Amino acid sequence: MQQDTIAGIASGMGGGIGIIRISGENAFLAAGEIFRTRKFIKIEDENRKDIKKTGNSKEWDSEFFLKKESHTIHYGYIIEDDGSIIDEVIVLLMRGPKSYTCEDVVEIDSHGGAYLVQKILKLLIRHGARLAEPGEFTKRAFLNGRIDLSQAEAVMKMISSKNEFALESAVNQLEGRVSGYIENIRQEILHHMGYIEAALDDPEHYDLENFSEELYGILQKKIASLKGLLSRFENGRMKSEGIHTVIVGKPNVGKSSLMNLLLDEERAIVTNIAGTTRDILEETVQIGNLNLNLIDTAGIHETGDIVESLGVEKAKEYLNQADFILFVVDVSQPLEESDDKIISLISGKKGIILLNKSDLSSCVDEEELKNKLGWDCISFSNKTGSGLKKLEDYITNSFLKGDIAYNDQIYLTSIRHREAVENAVKSLEQVLVTIEGGMPEDLYIIDMMDAYQKLGLINGETASEDLVNKIFSDFCMGK
Amino acid sequence: MSYTYEEYDIVVIGAGHAGCEAALAAARLGFRILVFTVSIDSIAMMPCNPNIGGSSKGHLVREVDALGGEMGINIDKTFIQSKMLNMSKGPAVHSLRAQADKKDYSNAMRQVLENTENLILKQGEVAEVLVENRKVTGVRTVSDAIYPCKAVIMCTGTYLQARCIYGDVSNYTGPNGLAAANHLTKCLIDLGVDVRRFKTGTPARVDKRTIDFSKMQEQKGDEKVVPFSFTNTEEELQREQVSCWLTYTNEMTHKIIMENIDRSPLYSGNIKGTGPRYCPSIEDKVVRFADKDRHQVFLEPEGNYTNEMYIGGMSSSLPEDVQHAMYHTVPGLENASIVRNAYAIEYDCINPVQLKASLEFKDIEGFFCAGQANGSSGYEEAAAQGIIAGINAARKLSGKDPIILDRSQAYIGVLIDDLITKGTNEPYRMMTSRAEYRLLLRQDNADLRLTEIGHEVGLISKERYEALCEKKQMISDEIDRMNRTTIGATQAVQKLLEENGSTLLQSGTTLAELLKRPELSYDKLSEIDTERKELPKEVCEQVNINLKYEGYIKRQERQVIQFKKLENRKIPEAIDYNDVYSLRKEALQKLKEYRPSSVGQASRISGVSPADISVLLIYLEKKYGK
Repeated sequence: MQQDTIAGIASGMGGGIGIIRISGENAFLAAGEIFRTRKFIKIEDENRKDIKKTGNSKEWDSEFFLKKESHTIHYGYIIEDDGSIIDEVIVLLMRGPKSYTCEDVVEIDSHGGAYLVQKILKLLIRHGARLAEPGEFTKRAFLNGRIDLSQAEAVMKMISSKNEFALESAVNQLEGRVSGYIENIRQEILHHMGYIEAALDDPEHYDLENFSEELYGILQKKIASLKGLLSRFENGRMKSEGIHTVIVGKPNVGKSSLMNLLLDEERAIVTNIAGTTRDILEETVQIGNLNLNLIDTAGIHETGDIVESLGVEKAKEYLNQADFILFVVDVSQPLEESDDKIISLISGKKGIILLNKSDLSSCVDEEELKNKLGWDCISFSNKTGSGLKKLEDYITNSFLKGDIAYNDQIYLTSIRHREAVENAVKSLEQVLVTIEGGMPEDLYIIDMMDAYQKLGLINGETASEDLVNKIFSDFCMGK
Repeated sequence: MSYTYEEYDIVVIGAGHAGCEAALAAARLGFRILVFTVSIDSIAMMPCNPNIGGSSKGHLVREVDALGGEMGINIDKTFIQSKMLNMSKGPAVHSLRAQADKKDYSNAMRQVLENTENLILKQGEVAEVLVENRKVTGVRTVSDAIYPCKAVIMCTGTYLQARCIYGDVSNYTGPNGLAAANHLTKCLIDLGVDVRRFKTGTPARVDKRTIDFSKMQEQKGDEKVVPFSFTNTEEELQREQVSCWLTYTNEMTHKIIMENIDRSPLYSGNIKGTGPRYCPSIEDKVVRFADKDRHQVFLEPEGNYTNEMYIGGMSSSLPEDVQHAMYHTVPGLENASIVRNAYAIEYDCINPVQLKASLEFKDIEGFFCAGQANGSSGYEEAAAQGIIAGINAARKLSGKDPIILDRSQAYIGVLIDDLITKGTNEPYRMMTSRAEYRLLLRQDNADLRLTEIGHEVGLISKERYEALCEKKQMISDEIDRMNRTTIGATQAVQKLLEENGSTLLQSGTTLAELLKRPELSYDKLSEIDTERKELPKEVCEQVNINLKYEGYIKRQERQVIQFKKLENRKIPEAIDYNDVYSLRKEALQKLKEYRPSSVGQASRISGVSPADISVLLIYLEKKYGK
């Protein structure tokens, strides 16, 4: 039996390629809608990096995959609704029951990067797929007799243990702030529902005169807040993948080689996004269970005097956003004025001093540096790689202790959250339509409750008794 | 010395609103019923507010009526004022409320019981429910008389070990000074039933002649009374009505309360039972909502043949002298003479999570429990449980599956599911906000929702059922016609639209589309609807609501489909949760304790997470398969 169509990421985050799996009755169609073969791509510049637009896609047949044999592989591109290309991919088709879930399954192998994978997933959701629950592919595989109970249980267990880990881990800190923000909005919605309900339950006591105008204004504001959150999603997505870490230091102290060392091929490169200027390189590396979003400010400094260069503003901006700073000092040279300038820029922030070239004799007063910034020092050598392990441990420990936190801006970090917020916005907009249509107040509740519950998904809360409790706590009821 | 008397099919303990409905339903289904009451003069007594219905409670009465119950018919006989509340709001929250003549109400119900075949009334107190091998075999009274029976429905209301309190005074009586039932609790505990203690209260009654009504606002009934019962027509029910009166407490009232708050047994700790939040005493309101400088007070007549007036909004357990002073600060009550003092009442009730949705104890066969004894409050909530317990006790004896209404079918379903799935820590009152699918569960369509079930059960006559089918047909035909009938931008149409402040038509549309405009209605369209046939008022009402709120109704129907999916996944009674690998500990405990009947019910138990539900689903599929 085919069920509704679900989509999810089948590969672990951080792997070399990213696999998106789609399963269900419309899997082939949904994939067909976002896919184009090379023939349908107009490449404006042969240099692949600059591919911007597809050609006319009018003739494209969205039922392309439906007409293909099962267990075939197709090469092509995933395109945005506006025609721009997201990624070059390979698509595998498996017709049920000969598939993992025994349903029609499509797997899209993309170039990896969490960012691209999420983008494709989002696109699929717009094209009729639903985001898979944790373990849902496995559940379907089991329910359709594809795997047996012990296999299913093993997978379910893995999923739940993963969740438990997430609870303790870093990610939770970030999500904690999102939930705080969302929770405030939820509570306000709840309060107003409580008021309406109190008035419905005890009409001789509370009246709703002029309430709809007031509510309209309030909801508009809530919608704007939620939309703001959505607009920061893209950004948040990247953000959540790493602690914003900025490498600073005078020219030629070894910043770039530190970067390269951290980017050692054994580490998974999660994303590789060019910065806003050619001078700034941004990479994400994994250290332990953490992702570092590394920014090398190399280019800026090399343009000349740090204070006078145009790059200062840029550097300041990055330093402002930084969660953690790696201040690289070359111990083979004495400190000079430009080091002091850097110190004044970064003082008050969190970071660590890396005493590079520690294999050479030192002419830097370690204690003095420590005192100036209140940071710890790690001796380090790009050449030998010594101190690297220490640095990694330091970062991990600081994070777990809470010394390093993400930036204060509230970001949505998962596509699941995004979906929840989007749905909540839709529901609240529906309330506005209801108010505009002059409908009675009790009908507002249908969609307000919907929004309230959707937002609750982010915090994993259920709403069952909330409204009733709210009515009693905020409003004096009864005879 | 004990005597064994004749055997009955079902014994009902208590003849309040739950007991009456339970006994009538089971007797009408052909079973021999014995009803015990501590006072034969207090059948269907209303010991608190003198009205039936109100927000969401009116829905319950309509549903009881649609299933073939008595409450709606009885209040239609005996109301002295009637009002449809929330008329300016949507149809889902329109709620009927009628002031009753309390004595008449009680007498009328007594008459119905006394004239029902198979139903015997007996004054007496049941001391013990006899159980052998976890199966009911009979009851024993305090006088040691044994009545064998196959099922017992316990509807003891607020009588179990009842205690009435105001100030330092406490009387070990039930409401209105009636005898309490002091023996049954011990039997329940011996049977392993989890018993708890709840508290509620009632305000004072004052002599009408001593009230200055000129200082109050008059609250009249509706000009055109709508019946509670689907069996009555409007024409039959128009009668002269009495008024209620509105006044307010003030700073002086609150000052007296605060100065004497330490003398309230609620605050001194003398009352330990859990009170209801929705029906707080005036001292509770003043303490908890200190920023409010006044609270509403309604003076409601207790009946046509008494001068007693009920002081709605001011229940209390303060000492007599404080009550005196406090009531006299209220405008219009300065010289009021108090006939009965306000008091709080404490009583034993059971934890309802021990019941199945049929209202039978999960582990005592043939033992049913309904009404305030289940931790609910309110006459209507009691009646709703009573009829379900009566029907299901009868069906049990006939070897039929119980009737279980779910949350998408009826407020009764919401009520019972809440009680047995979530339990309650205070006397539970129905509210429209508790019903997720409120727009579908309207008071105007209770018959369309439930009368067919009532007919299958055997409580609704063939004639009544056929009339319902005809009504359904008329509604659907008329909706079809409205959807089909196109309307052009003719002069007559534009004129009608203009008159109603509605946008003029640019092109043709259907009648149904026009009806959706907020400023138009089915009635208003009659001028331009030339082919319209004369239809009964109830039919027109349904057509209007169904078309006007179509979008919202469809959305709720979609939600119901989702809800039903899990609801229809039944959990076998024999399930061994220890066998369900990888349930979380808390979920395991809760599932073992509650033993839900469906996956849907399981998902509503607090402490059971969506992940637990997935695990459970997988297990069920594997074990009980396709």
